[in-house]
Amino acid sequence: MSITNDFEYYCPSSLDETVKLLEQLGEQAALLAGGTDLIVNIKDDLESPSAVIDIKRVSELRGLDIDKDKLFIGAKTTFTDILDSSVIKDNYLLLWESARAVASVGIRNRATLVGNICSAVPCMDSAPALLCYDAIVHTVSKTGKRDIPINDWFIAPRKTARKADELVVGVTVPLPSQKNSGCYIKLGRYGGEDLAQAGLGILIRADLEYRIAFTAVGPIPIRAQKIEELLKGKEIDQDLLKQAKELVAEEISPITDIRSTREYREHICRVMFERGLIVCQQRMNGEIINTVRILGG
Amino acid sequence: MKEITFILNNEKRSVQVEPSETLLEVLRDKMGLKSPKCGCDRGDCGACVVLLNGKSVRSCLVLAIETAGMEIMTLEGISAKNLNALQEAFIAFNSFQCGYCAPGIIITVTELLTKNPKPDLEEIKEVLSGNLCRCTGYKPIFDAILDVTGKEVK
Repeated sequence: MSITNDFEYYCPSSLDETVKLLEQLGEQAALLAGGTDLIVNIKDDLESPSAVIDIKRVSELRGLDIDKDKLFIGAKTTFTDILDSSVIKDNYLLLWESARAVASVGIRNRATLVGNICSAVPCMDSAPALLCYDAIVHTVSKTGKRDIPINDWFIAPRKTARKADELVVGVTVPLPSQKNSGCYIKLGRYGGEDLAQAGLGILIRADLEYRIAFTAVGPIPIRAQKIEELLKGKEIDQDLLKQAKELVAEEISPITDIRSTREYREHICRVMFERGLIVCQQRMNGEIINTVRILGG
Repeated sequence: MKEITFILNNEKRSVQVEPSETLLEVLRDKMGLKSPKCGCDRGDCGACVVLLNGKSVRSCLVLAIETAGMEIMTLEGISAKNLNALQEAFIAFNSFQCGYCAPGIIITVTELLTKNPKPDLEEIKEVLSGNLCRCTGYKPIFDAILDVTGKEVK
């Protein structure tokens, strides 16, 4: 299917130029990084921009930047860049596993993490990790810079805190201050392009702080705060696990759609939550667990 | 229309493109290269995969105008002189029937083998999970790739 919507193509080389373009064009402009969502949206007439601003040649925009206590994921960072980083695999396993769950290699070579959070489709894979690590989104516009906690970023399906004249330059992911382990579990029907029917990220720290985030089971990805509060400071036994599992349905609000039913999503989230906790505990003890097969797929 | 120049299959080429034309459309309709196929046209099936600066991408999701100054490689460029070992193995193992998915698969595997010349079956399956084939059941495809990497085919 050819694109029927005509648009001007801009390819700015500096941040200054990009910000000016955004100020002039505002909501008529779509920002293009990997294009794996944008081009599909234009083909489907979900978006009809009169201008497309390609940010891949903006010299100030960076890719990955790894510091000792934090990670900066610049707007140009693709999921392949994340997967190719051994530092991320060793220190931010939850983030690394989320990147691996995104579509297939031909998409991951182009799709960026920043693009993923700007598209903000409810089934996105990268959100649970960013929520669990308490990431910060950095934007810039003509009126200045903003640092937005990821918890305040997602507003509604396909809607974020980004204003039309703002460019997201990157996301900072702080390294947890304690020994920790994590995992990302995605339920899809097959590998490759399938979107998540449900997704779950868990990060547990040695001081018994638990961070749990769900995706694809509500209008926006969310942290499971009631479960986190229940578990905080406690070792998990069978009784506590049972109580926590009962809270899962209160934390999420899945719908029935083409990929799954509401009831099934609620059920599978309880299963994923229990298995995810076990994986995190095993990993905390140094075991190597492959989560790809955790749901028996 | 805007003129862009890129390196296509090791050759410098220029072409007039509209901003809304995808790389797949330009390759097939303006450059006469028919190996990238249009399957789903939305990035799901992998039939249109080409190498862009050495990385496999879905050409149906790339605007042609974005690729100015970049290097593009299609199956025609990979086998300009003779069939390569991977292609020979695809023939030997009957790894395609209708052939629609084969160019995308061979390009995807070409990237894999550049990154990792000795992938195991799990890695091959993971990399090809985004390339749909509805003829072969995949076994002959995996067999051909394993054979090329010197692994015993069971």
